[in-house]
Amino acid sequence: MSRIRLSIARTLVPLGVVFGVFAVIAAAARTNVMHQSPDRQRFASEVEPVVLQVDRLFARKWSEAGVTPANPASELNVLRRLSQALHGTVPSLEEIRVFEADAGPRKMERWVERMLDDRRFADYFARRLSRVYVGADDGQFVLFRRDRFWAWLGEQLQKNEPYDQVVRQMIAERGLWTGVPEVNFITSTVSEGNIDVNKLAGRTVRAFLGQRIDCAQCHDHPFANWKQGQFEGLAACYGQVSLSAVGVEDNRNKPYSVEDRMTLKPRDVAPAVPFGADWFPEEGTERQRLAAWVTHPQNRRFERAIVNRVWGLMFGKPWQGPVDDLSDPDERGPQPDDLLDVLGADFREHHCDLKRLIATIAATHAFRLSSEHLDFEVPERAIVVEESWAAFPLTRLRPEQVIGSMLQASSIKTIDQNSHWVRRAFRFFQELNFVKEYGDLGDNELGDHSGTIPQALLRMNGEFAKDRSEGNPFSAPGRIASMAPTDDGCLDLCFLVCLSRYPTAVERAAILPQLEGTTNDNRKSAVEDIFWTLYNSAEFSWGH
Amino acid sequence: MTAWNSSRREFLRLSAAALGLSFAVPGLELRAANVRGVERKKSLLTIWLAGGPSQLETWDPHPGTDIGGGDTGVRAIQSTIPQVQIAHLYPQTAEQLHHVSVIRSLVSKEGDHERGAYMLHTGYKPEPTLVHPSIAAIATHELSDDRVEIPQSISLGNPPFPPRGGFLGDKLDAYRVFNPGQNGQNLRPNVSNDRQQRRLKNLEVVSQSFRRGRGVQVDQTLHQHTVDAALRMMTSEQLKAFQVEDEPAAVRDAYGRLPFGTGCLVARRLLEVGVRSIEVCLNGFDSHAKNMEAHVNRAQELDPALATLFKDLAERDLLQSTVVLVIGEFGRTPKINPLLGRDHWPTGFSCLLGGGGLRSGALLGATDHTGEKVMPESPVEVADLYATVLQTLGIEYAKEVITPIGRPMKYCSGSPIETLLASSVR
Repeated sequence: MSRIRLSIARTLVPLGVVFGVFAVIAAAARTNVMHQSPDRQRFASEVEPVVLQVDRLFARKWSEAGVTPANPASELNVLRRLSQALHGTVPSLEEIRVFEADAGPRKMERWVERMLDDRRFADYFARRLSRVYVGADDGQFVLFRRDRFWAWLGEQLQKNEPYDQVVRQMIAERGLWTGVPEVNFITSTVSEGNIDVNKLAGRTVRAFLGQRIDCAQCHDHPFANWKQGQFEGLAACYGQVSLSAVGVEDNRNKPYSVEDRMTLKPRDVAPAVPFGADWFPEEGTERQRLAAWVTHPQNRRFERAIVNRVWGLMFGKPWQGPVDDLSDPDERGPQPDDLLDVLGADFREHHCDLKRLIATIAATHAFRLSSEHLDFEVPERAIVVEESWAAFPLTRLRPEQVIGSMLQASSIKTIDQNSHWVRRAFRFFQELNFVKEYGDLGDNELGDHSGTIPQALLRMNGEFAKDRSEGNPFSAPGRIASMAPTDDGCLDLCFLVCLSRYPTAVERAAILPQLEGTTNDNRKSAVEDIFWTLYNSAEFSWGH
Repeated sequence: MTAWNSSRREFLRLSAAALGLSFAVPGLELRAANVRGVERKKSLLTIWLAGGPSQLETWDPHPGTDIGGGDTGVRAIQSTIPQVQIAHLYPQTAEQLHHVSVIRSLVSKEGDHERGAYMLHTGYKPEPTLVHPSIAAIATHELSDDRVEIPQSISLGNPPFPPRGGFLGDKLDAYRVFNPGQNGQNLRPNVSNDRQQRRLKNLEVVSQSFRRGRGVQVDQTLHQHTVDAALRMMTSEQLKAFQVEDEPAAVRDAYGRLPFGTGCLVARRLLEVGVRSIEVCLNGFDSHAKNMEAHVNRAQELDPALATLFKDLAERDLLQSTVVLVIGEFGRTPKINPLLGRDHWPTGFSCLLGGGGLRSGALLGATDHTGEKVMPESPVEVADLYATVLQTLGIEYAKEVITPIGRPMKYCSGSPIETLLASSVR
């Protein structure tokens, strides 16, 4: 009797588990908030003073350069920019419809906040920042878990934890890389079982202080003030780190020594910082001391670095480039004409609030400018406009932004945390494959890259682009072909989902005839071809 | 199978002209190889043996010694270079060895696959501040040829670390063909010609709208330029070089019908078209266990392909204008490990180098037959190897370029190996 019960139990228990899992997923697919306009505007009025300061700074800059700023961009254009910068994709048709219907006050401010509260922001931004903190290489899987690190960083962003605290955790935490994911900052530099303290030192300064000390590893920096001894002192701050069965630890008895390049003999090096010695506390492990120094309230390089990077993520181009090679802050203190100081000071005053920083930047006049400017027809004037930020810059989107955009454009519904898990898994794996073929840009974030022929071929002839423009009953192209009430409406929808705008009169005149009078398969083909065209336009792959 | 023949190309060209389109296809002669001999720009052909080929089981055998594996190890056979004997696994290559020279004393000090591959592609150690261009990219950049409509730096096979453009730009990354003998990736449109034309016509319209008010900025993206280059490639006669169907069966058999052998044949065809840098990759040399077995196995593919390639290049008068290099990221330890394997060994490994007017039949360096000494006799730095290659290609190897970060960097930090340079070069 009991054996029968056991075998029944053996069948039922797994079934029960499966059923339970489905029940949980079903419960999680709650009502979609996408159909309602956002109503929260926590930041809007708070950031007004600093936004005004920034706007005045730009007005002075433009006046000095003798340029007029571009016209304001259309609201849909700004929405697209925000989607790409914060979510790595384009606004869905659903979002566009609700956005167009929203006639309330402070519309952009409310939409920025909604986008920041959306889980997609935390996921995408965590991914972008992760490349900076743990690099783009695979590392040693057993000791380095990028996936855990992403998830942890995403959590910190979602909860909007103070950024200085997040950084201190990355530098100084102890524990196992699976259970305490922030230590992957340390283990990402492991090769052949050893932590590379030099790589860590270089990365700490680049990622958190926005400067490059790497050259000083081997010799005194040729044109900045770094000396080799300073580099060694910083590397020594990681000298106690060891890997053990319980993870990353600080071994207080371990002295740090380097091989002297001249004598080839070992030389002990004490932990030291290259500037701001007052900010380097006496107490704590060496990593804790380093963490305190990096994030010290008076270490202006800290906020300048993150402001520069966030500006870069939003505009596609950092305020000062290269993004991790900033000039030294002015010794006299924060300068009213230095954008990084203005935004940096506000950032510090408000507990290193990243979402607030993003909301501030999104509210500035400069962020809302069009990327069109009369002077862009004239090469000599174009460079003046570009250098003074008198128009929104044209920058190449990252591979995952291009694929994210294609995936969303080919889907009527918004792909977000409310989407069916199958759809999200699909997105994840498609992205991986596409990025692999398209070519990862590595950890050179925000560098200048022009497209390549294989990428163009992939976009034009690749399976992925073919799938994404296919007019089947479940895809946007298919649904638009069969269900849009008029030819004009059909054309509008194609442009809206791909380019977040309506067709111009010239475009309409040229393309509408291809839809007129078509039905069924011919119509499907016509819509597929329009999607193909829009995917392959510069407008689709470039941020503007 | 749609036949992309010349009449279709003509049609596209005419329709392009009729529609006033910007990607009008220029005319050109089919084969740059019509101009042969010394006047041709030189190409670089690298046979990349991925994983780290053992020098003891290829070009630097030590038969009958402990390190050579004793009685069960390789025997040495005489090659057509008087003072050189190579592993008996390479009988065909031994007959063709006189076309190249043998270096047995390469040193790199990079024993990690990724770092070693970086070093052996660029001549530099990896650095955090920038990515060095591969020698292939430098050659493509300096010796580019407008008559070639397909990419001028090509990688055949599946190397884990293909040649990159580095700070010279991503456009100089090698174009990858994973299955040699079949066309490259994504070369055919997915739709009929009519629909393709409609798509391209619409693209012109949409591009014009975007360009309004953004003229200079849009032009700088080179987006249209890249699309045009891709279209040019798609409709090029030169694409035939990627396929081997019209080669005689005997030739295909001589190279070998597997991807690597086919890749070598494709490489020869690409050289005839005028492609500047080609790398053909053979995987499977990372023999940490059962080293002998692995190398016997690899030789079955490598030997016929390599020998046929050398012979073919010589017969077709391509050898004078092609620098050929057969190399891997490092060699393998003289001492055999308990798993009957050999581990990584970056101090004292081998390569074959020839063609392009370089001296052939020379032997440089020697490794110790006891395996005790770490450094070989007459060590050759990788940077010096590449300075030799660049000089032979007609490129200023010490040319300093300003990288995007403002730091000046020489193409190569070494100097050419005098004994390998023929006096008639440059």
